[in-house]
Amino acid sequence: MTIRDESPAADEKRSPYNFAYLDEQTKRMIRRAILKAVAIPGYQVPFASREMPMPYGWGTGGVQVTAAIIGPDDVLKVIDQGADDTTNAVSIRGFFAKTAGVATTTRTTEATIIQTRHRIPEAPLSEDQIIVFQVPIPEPLRFLEPRETETRTMHGLEEYGLVHVKLYEDIARHGHIATTYAYPVKVEGRYVMDPSPIPKFDNPKMDNSPALQLFGAGREKRIYAIPPYSSVKSLDFEDHPFEVQRFEAPCALCAATGVYLDEVILDDRGGRMFVCSDTDNCEQRREAGHTGTAAGIGGESQ
Amino acid sequence: MSAPLLTAEGLTRLYGTRIGCAAVDLQIWPGEVLAIVGESGSGKTTLLNCLSARLQPSAGRILYAMRDGVTRELFAMSEAERRFLMRTDWGFVHQNPADGLRMSVSAGANVGERLMAVGERHYGRIRQTAEGWLERVEIDIDRIDDDPRSFSGGMRQRLQIARNLVTAPRLVFMDEPTGGLDVSVQARLLDLLRGLVADLGMAAVIVTHDLAVARLLSDRMMVMKSGEVIEEGLTDRVLDDPREPYTQLLVSSILQV
Repeated sequence: MTIRDESPAADEKRSPYNFAYLDEQTKRMIRRAILKAVAIPGYQVPFASREMPMPYGWGTGGVQVTAAIIGPDDVLKVIDQGADDTTNAVSIRGFFAKTAGVATTTRTTEATIIQTRHRIPEAPLSEDQIIVFQVPIPEPLRFLEPRETETRTMHGLEEYGLVHVKLYEDIARHGHIATTYAYPVKVEGRYVMDPSPIPKFDNPKMDNSPALQLFGAGREKRIYAIPPYSSVKSLDFEDHPFEVQRFEAPCALCAATGVYLDEVILDDRGGRMFVCSDTDNCEQRREAGHTGTAAGIGGESQ
Repeated sequence: MSAPLLTAEGLTRLYGTRIGCAAVDLQIWPGEVLAIVGESGSGKTTLLNCLSARLQPSAGRILYAMRDGVTRELFAMSEAERRFLMRTDWGFVHQNPADGLRMSVSAGANVGERLMAVGERHYGRIRQTAEGWLERVEIDIDRIDDDPRSFSGGMRQRLQIARNLVTAPRLVFMDEPTGGLDVSVQARLLDLLRGLVADLGMAAVIVTHDLAVARLLSDRMMVMKSGEVIEEGLTDRVLDDPREPYTQLLVSSILQV
């Protein structure tokens, strides 16, 4: 026998889930972790990560952070590698549309919360927006120092020489700093932080950003944050300064320059094109009449 | 030369009711090499670990004369200060090089790590220093970008020494630095160590069960048995004229070829 709610409210069409899936106590716990993270920029706050109805690696950390901060009036945008229409983005957007009944959008400027996997949108963020990053491995020192006790001590005592050992190895092996994503940054001159696997192209966008930036790692059970208008400096050497990726040609669909491009393989004879990774940005530009060299073959109706 | 670099008073380390080392008093003077000898289980390594602040002693205290001339007690310092001291003014050479090296990063980065840890942020200068040190420890410069896994045991040990000496420490702790190496490689390493210690004028504490190593490298030596220091003196005096029966036994048990 199942127990049914016979109260008058049950007459209305009610979701079987609590608002935004998580129970209120869990959301309070996550909010406390977020507050601590905001108070100590770049510091990894442990939290009691919950089992979510999706596998680890699909954004369980980001989803929990979003669930803790979302309200009924929020407008949610979810992107996966810059795209709004990939499986991960579509399913997380559908998840919150179903469990929280919030409005969703693909427009960066219309969203109040943007959950992202591995990109920061090209359109500048505003003070009214919060960006939530999905983080696989929050510890920037992990690959050089496997012991958690030791990395915590190193953060505590600000011993960050090891990060430069990794950059040194890059230069020794490749002649330049070959780390292209998850490029370590120093937040507010104190904590070294892994910005999640965003391309280093996006690192400068984190510096002095008006939007609140939250990071959630579900499997590793860590939350960290960059408050608005914080300094975020990418680490480098004096004689090998930090540089972002540069692209030779503009986007093949919308002719945008100064944006992050994805390579698209066109055939098995070496044909390829580079298009905007941020699909929303690309669509907006095309609507505004910008046309790239390959606009006809991009799959977009002409 | 007026004050000892490191002074230990009543240093004791207990493992439960078992004794690691008991009531050891010693002084290390700038530029001198002290050997601690004894059989396995005599407390040599426990004593070394206590002296180098890697192990908290159960009783006793250790005083160290810092570079600025102030003498401070090691375990009264903050952990941050102690760790800073350990990676700048001290070196620690492990018996097994894999314990002291980062095996997955290149030789150059291994040597450069301490420089980067104290704030060096110029790739060119770090690399130049690393090259200089590889040369000093007789490792070919074209191996600078190879990782230590591809090195022989002797090369690894020399790399570990270079990695420790790059910040010009005033005191180096060595735990059986020649253990596990074959005899000819041992001889070369000893030659190298003797040269480096003399050139750099640093003090060293060497733990060894090999009396030949102690004879070659050290100025002064201490003999340990069951956690206690039973005899100490100038190396040549102890080895040529041992007083304690145990030391006599130890000296007489060296194989003569």
